[in-house]
Amino acid sequence: MLLFLLRRLSTFLPTFLGVTVVSFAFVRLLPGDPILLLAGERGVSPERYAQLLAKFGFDQPLWRQYIEYLGGVLSGDFGVSFSTKRPVLDEFFTLFPATLELSITAMILAVALGIPAGVIAAVNRGKLFDQALMTTALIGYSMPIFWWALLLIITFSSGLGWTPVSGRISLMFFFDDVTGFMLIDSLLSGQKGAFASAVSHLILPTIVLATIPLAVIARQTRSAMLEVLGEDYVRTARAKGLSPARVNGIHALRNAMIPVITVIGLSVGTLLAGAILTETIFSWPGIGKWMVDSIFRRDYQAVQGGLMLIAAIVMIVNLIVDLLYGFINPKIRKG
Amino acid sequence: MTDNNTDADTTLATPIAPPGPLREFWSYFSENRGAVAGFYVFLLFLFIAIFAPLLAPHSPSEQFRDFLLQPPVWEEGGSWAFPLGTDPLGRDMVSRLLHGARYSFFIGVVVVSLATFFGVGIGVIAGFSPRWIDTLIMRLMDIVLSFPSLLLALVLVAILGPSLINAMIAISVVLQPHFVRLTRAAVMTERTKDYVTAAQVAGASTARVMFKTVLPNCLGPIIVQAALSFSTAVLDAAALGFLGMGAQPPTPEWGTMLAESREFILRAWWVVTLPGLCILITVLAINLMGDGLRDALDPKLKRS
Repeated sequence: MLLFLLRRLSTFLPTFLGVTVVSFAFVRLLPGDPILLLAGERGVSPERYAQLLAKFGFDQPLWRQYIEYLGGVLSGDFGVSFSTKRPVLDEFFTLFPATLELSITAMILAVALGIPAGVIAAVNRGKLFDQALMTTALIGYSMPIFWWALLLIITFSSGLGWTPVSGRISLMFFFDDVTGFMLIDSLLSGQKGAFASAVSHLILPTIVLATIPLAVIARQTRSAMLEVLGEDYVRTARAKGLSPARVNGIHALRNAMIPVITVIGLSVGTLLAGAILTETIFSWPGIGKWMVDSIFRRDYQAVQGGLMLIAAIVMIVNLIVDLLYGFINPKIRKG
Repeated sequence: MTDNNTDADTTLATPIAPPGPLREFWSYFSENRGAVAGFYVFLLFLFIAIFAPLLAPHSPSEQFRDFLLQPPVWEEGGSWAFPLGTDPLGRDMVSRLLHGARYSFFIGVVVVSLATFFGVGIGVIAGFSPRWIDTLIMRLMDIVLSFPSLLLALVLVAILGPSLINAMIAISVVLQPHFVRLTRAAVMTERTKDYVTAAQVAGASTARVMFKTVLPNCLGPIIVQAALSFSTAVLDAAALGFLGMGAQPPTPEWGTMLAESREFILRAWWVVTLPGLCILITVLAINLMGDGLRDALDPKLKRS
């Protein structure tokens, strides 16, 4: 197990270094002079320009800039956002809980519906239910989620008036950030109606973000179950006279879960990509919207830091999934 | 003994011709009814993409100033002049949607060609290279895959400047590592087989072995990946267009059309609903086809 861990880490570190180089290089390639953008309409005198150039270290050769940047990153300094003048890391972690909250609820929804749907479809293979479910899953998988979000807004927000259109909570409520999770903070605040407001703001974005992972999980669970249901041990369990629910739900599902767990782990990247669109449409103040805004504002430091932090999160989650996978399935460890 | 011989002779005398590869493929493919339906919808999409200028009643950019946001024909105030209504600038929805098919098809073809060409090329090279080059290539691909695809595409477009061409380049770059991984894995399993050794012993050059001997035997999964990438390309290009980083107005690209008319969703449902529906139907048809292709071409799943 230790050897497996070391081997996996030996690919993790160079990839992470590569990610820092890519983020650094990308941002240097963005068109537009950052200093002029910073100065804005008023313009800037040549002396001040040189001063600012030196302040941000842009007068140094590129490799020097990179080394300094890397040093900063390793000590947790991702630079200062041009547009808000706050440290990028602070900015990121202020907004991250909003994305995390949305991603967690979306993942819960996707797993809670996707796994039972996949199991039921596999058990009823070829029947009407299976076909209907798999057609729905494929539609969900093919869904342009930005359009799906607009449809839901038309129907439930403006049509029926059930849910709000944007934001995380009604402006009527104000309380301190404790955990950064609106659902928990609104409960802690003890204000009447705050929790209900937070929930109602969360419903549509959660559905939109969960759509694709839900479809993927349902499809994966179904095919993993079909494979396992044909195994000898399942037949043995049936022959022993165990109830179908026990055979399908316990004997088969347990082994079918291995590939499903991998798919769930790999959905993190999908979720973060989906968060970009979902957050933009619902004005959800998370990192997806922040990245899009930063790109449009040409906020070099924010884009650079955000890219790297998001990639780091995806990589760490993938690493954990791999290690877990190796832990569950000894065959992989030897690989 | 003699009996056996005559038996053999009769079977030799009436050989049953094996079905050709295309026929065999179709017989597997057509087992999946969804895939066949997807295939027909895709043919329709292809037809529209080719003949859009002939099919469209109006020019996609002509503005009929007297008919702003006219509803579809079956709603009150609609007319046959604009069967699916007009957009906020008075342009005919039908014409714009038909022309949109052209853009989506073009995007799919260009992105898949670029991603397949470079991805397969790099993958074959990685599969045949010395260990250190292979490792280097795969680490580079890992780096690309560490970023959420849409985010990476967004940043690439921001660097290159927002336009349809740059969006297609960005999406190709993001999709291509999947082809590299897939091709490399397929090449690795084929490489040690006897027929490859035979070709090498017979004096075939490395390039010939790579691309003429081995590659054709790895095509199955690559074709499936290409089909599924086509739908990803259409979807991602529409998403970039929606975010203002893809095709620029007044291009009648479906995602861009959605973004342009977003503020009118409450007043005119058709300007938002129809382009999205076109994206969904196209992507769904291609995904159905992709599923059928996988069933027909993946030897592991074949006959299961």
